[in-house]
Order: sequence, then C-alpha cells, then structure tokens
Amino acid sequence: MSDRRPNRFFRNMTAKIAAVPMILTALCVFVGGTVWTIVHSFTDSKLLPRLRWDGLDQYERLWNTNRWIVSIENLLIYGLCSLILSLIIGFVLAALLDQKIRFENTFRTILLYPFALSFIVTGLVWQWLLNPDLGIQSVIRGAGWIGFTFDPLNNSKIVIFGVLIAGLWQGTGLIMVLMLAGLRGIDQEIWKASRVDGIPMWKTYLFIVIPMMRPVFITTLVIIASGIVKLYDLIVAQTSGGPGISSEVPAKYVYDYMFQGQNLGQGFAASTMMLLAVLVVVIPWAYLEFGGKARG
Amino acid sequence: MADRVAALSGPQGPRPRRRFSRRNIIIYGTLAVVAFYYLLPLYVMIVTSLKGMPEIRLGNIFAPPVEITFEPWVKAWAQACTGLNCDGLSRGFWNSVQITVPSVIVSILIASVNGYALANWRFRGADVFFTILIFGAFIPYQVMLYPIVIMLREIGLYGSLWGLVIVHTIFGMPILTLLFRNYFTSLPEELFKAARIDGARFWGIYFRIMLPMSLPIFVVAMILQVTGIWNDFLFGVVYTKPDTYPMTVQLNNIVNTVQGVREYNVNMAATLLTGLVPLVIYFVSGKLFVRGIAAGAVKG
Repeated sequence: MSDRRPNRFFRNMTAKIAAVPMILTALCVFVGGTVWTIVHSFTDSKLLPRLRWDGLDQYERLWNTNRWIVSIENLLIYGLCSLILSLIIGFVLAALLDQKIRFENTFRTILLYPFALSFIVTGLVWQWLLNPDLGIQSVIRGAGWIGFTFDPLNNSKIVIFGVLIAGLWQGTGLIMVLMLAGLRGIDQEIWKASRVDGIPMWKTYLFIVIPMMRPVFITTLVIIASGIVKLYDLIVAQTSGGPGISSEVPAKYVYDYMFQGQNLGQGFAASTMMLLAVLVVVIPWAYLEFGGKARG
Repeated sequence: MADRVAALSGPQGPRPRRRFSRRNIIIYGTLAVVAFYYLLPLYVMIVTSLKGMPEIRLGNIFAPPVEITFEPWVKAWAQACTGLNCDGLSRGFWNSVQITVPSVIVSILIASVNGYALANWRFRGADVFFTILIFGAFIPYQVMLYPIVIMLREIGLYGSLWGLVIVHTIFGMPILTLLFRNYFTSLPEELFKAARIDGARFWGIYFRIMLPMSLPIFVVAMILQVTGIWNDFLFGVVYTKPDTYPMTVQLNNIVNTVQGVREYNVNMAATLLTGLVPLVIYFVSGKLFVRGIAAGAVKG
C-alpha cells in the first residue's frame, strides 16, 4: 500500500483543478493586473502600452493637472461627508427601527429600496429632481418663495453636494441594515442594566452600545470607504463631471484618459494613485482585524 | 361587573405603553419624514413618466398627472434614440438579459466550487489564494481595467458578450467565494466525512450533498449577482461595443444625449424601465436580499 501512496502534488488533485479559475483570477488578474498597471504607470505609454521608461514623469504631470487636483478635492469632500453622514444617518435610523416599533419591515423596505437601483438610475432621477427650471427649485418658487435658490447641479461650487444627496439617498439604507444587525447583536441585558441604573437612553447608546459595536463600525467604514473610491457611475449619470470640470472624480479621470484621451500612461498613474489611497485604508484595517488575531 | 369579567378574560401582562406618547410621536414622525424623502424620487419618476411634455413644462414635478398617458413608456421602450439607433431601450434590455443570465450562472457555479474546495478540500496554498482574492475585492477596478482588456484581446473575446461574462465572473468571485466558503464551513462536517467513507469523491459530494443542502445560499448569491450585474455600468461601457451595450449604458446615452429636445417624461420612463428588474427582485425577495447585501459585511 505504502508504495502507492500518491505524492503530495497529486493529493486533492480534483480540488486543485476545480480551484484553477480562482487561482488564475487571484494570480493573473488581481496580482498580475495590478503589477502590470503599476509598472506601466512609469512608462510613456500613449495609444498603446509600451515599456519605455519615463520615471515619475506621469505622476508629475498628474499632480500638475488641474483636473486631477479638482478630482481629488471632490473625492475628499464627497468621501468625508458621505462617510460621516452615512454613519450618523445609518445609525440613527437603525436605532429608531430598533425601538420595537410597528411596521418595522415596511420602513426597512422603504429605506433600503434605493440600494437596489443602479447609480445610473439614481443619478438620473436626482438630475431631474434638482433640475433648476422644472425641479424642486421651481416648485418652491412657484409656491411663493421667489428668491429660493437650490440648483447644486449648475453651481460649480456646490455641485459635489448635489451628488452627495443622491449618493446618500442610494447608500444609507445599506448602512442602516448593517447597523441594525449590529444593534440586534447587542445583549439585551445591557439595556436592562442601564435602565436599572437610570442611565438615559442616549447616554447608553453613546457610551455603551456604540463602543460595543466597534467591529460593526469598522467593517461599515471599510465598506463605505472602498465604495467611495469607486465613485464613477453616479457622476457620469448626474453631472458628467460638469459644470466644466467641477464634479470630476479620479475614477472618471482614469476612464477618460485610458479609453477616450488615448493617454494610457496618465490613466495608469492615476489608477495607481487610487490603489494607493485604498491601501492606506485597507492595510491598517486588515492589520487590526487579522494581524491582531494571529498574534492571539 | 361586566367589564371586570372582560378584564379578567382579556390579555394579561403589564399595561401597554400609551400609543401617543411623546417618544412614539418622535420615532414615528422621524421615520415617516425619512420614508417620505426616500419614496419621493420613485414617486416623481412614476408621475413624470405618465405626463405629457406640455404638462411637465407648465406644472410642478410633484403634481400627479392630469391626463395619464403611456406614450412615454412606449417611446422609451421602442423609439428612443441613441446615436443613430432609434429602436429604444428594448435593445439594451435584451442585451442586459443576454449578459446577466450567463454571467450569473457561470459566476455562481465557479464561486460555489471555489467555496466548496476552500471549505472541505483544503490544499496547500489555498488560503494564500483566498486572501489574495479577498484583497482583490478592495482593489479599485480602474487598476485592472486595462490589463483585462489585453487579456481578453489575447483570447479574442474583447468586445464580445462572453468577454463581459468573464469579467463579471472575475469581479464577482471574491464576495461570492467568501459567501459560499462561509456557508459550506457552517455545514456539519460529519456529513462530508460520512460521504467520503461511503466512497463519494469531490464532484459526487458537491452535486449530491452540498448542492441540495445549500439552495438558500444559491438564491442569495443569485439575487446579489442579478442586481449587481444588471446595475453595472463601468464594465459594460469598457468591455462591450455600442451594439451590445447593456441597459444602463444605453439609458445613460439616451438621457444624457446633447442633441434634440429633452423629453423628460421619456427619460423617466426609461429610467424606471431600467430600475424595474432590480426593484422587482428586491420587493419579491425581501429578507433574502438583505442577507445577500449583508453577506459582504459579515465576517467569516
């Protein structure tokens, strides 16, 4: 028997063959593709990718391009606002739904349905609602308040907040569901104890429940953050980057340079910067989340 | 006397809270306002799509239609123009169907086998690949867009339907593999061991034991994928040609076209049509949908 013992490589052979798509995806696309893009971001690729070394020129050009700076600023404003607001709104809504209320399912269904819609649909609806001539502004003006102005999509200073409104409408439902799951995971004894001690409800939430929900908050944070970097469809649908370049975002910069501007090197450099931004968020999280566990 | 009897036979336990306490008014009031805000865009979409253009220009967007017309819907479906094509969103709809159906099937099959191999047939290095896969979920798509263009071109699938199917399979793999791995790990291991003792092999166990036991998780994965792929825009615009554009891309082209008079009612009908598939799935599937989207958040 022992001489027929299969060698190590052939053990679990079927499983290994079955996992080939996964291995290919992990190695060729995720690792290979990323490395390929990073390497080519140091070249002067234009219409076609080529390996002619260009040092950090692409990055220098990138950071000297006004449109990129605007994109980064927009992403920072949008990201920060959407992070804070969706965490707060999501948590408050979850806390409200957690009060053993009637019609909980109805409310949850209503708050979550926008999440089923695509960013394109979201962007187009809000483009229509925020239409200055026929949308909310004109309705309120028509109701008698002549001086009322609310046209974020035509005002380059606040256009990103117009996008934010739509983004929050689409995404807070998800945060609410995640928070609700976190709240339901809290031991009910905590509530009884705090009630016995006469601690007001808001204090219990702020000083006991929220700290207990730390893992939920961190996971939610990572989900929101990785979604923010991908912000693209919403901008395309709602503003197309306008007015002018005032609502451009990095993901759109990458797409436009890669597939329309025929300036691949810029696209690669910009996407590498996006990757860097994600790593800044994900690596500390992964370290806290998994590194800590490994050390016991 | 009579009400004492009634009181005794009535419900027991502590007296219920007053229905109109200040607390309840605040809770229900806030929720009602929020629900109103969330429902408003859907309402506006519906009423706008049922109005004629003159009514839209004169009236206010929140007003219900005076004269209901379904013409915008017909026009959006069959006549709306993108570029030179004037055959409406129907083309995009069928493209999306052709993209979504194979993508969902292929991605779920591959991911479920991955999850099964990771949960029950751990081989050396499996965890490394899995970790890369999960990290891959966080890499911005933009980083991998062009390398995939090259790969697809090399195998001759760039711009074709099956190329897009591969792309959806790749990008759906991290979350789906995680979903299936966690589910298969939670199944009792004795089942797996018993099947092995009875002589079942990799595929035998997968098809005869794992698959029949995990229908719910397959439904969750399906909901997740159908909505995700139907709503995709970026991959559609990068990896397909105008003739095979999915519905979202075509919708955006119809609405954000620069030439011609803007027909808001047709636009809103088109938008609703595109949103209809995921909305129906959402309202029908209910709790399963929630489970699907929460799947990414629940840690293994």
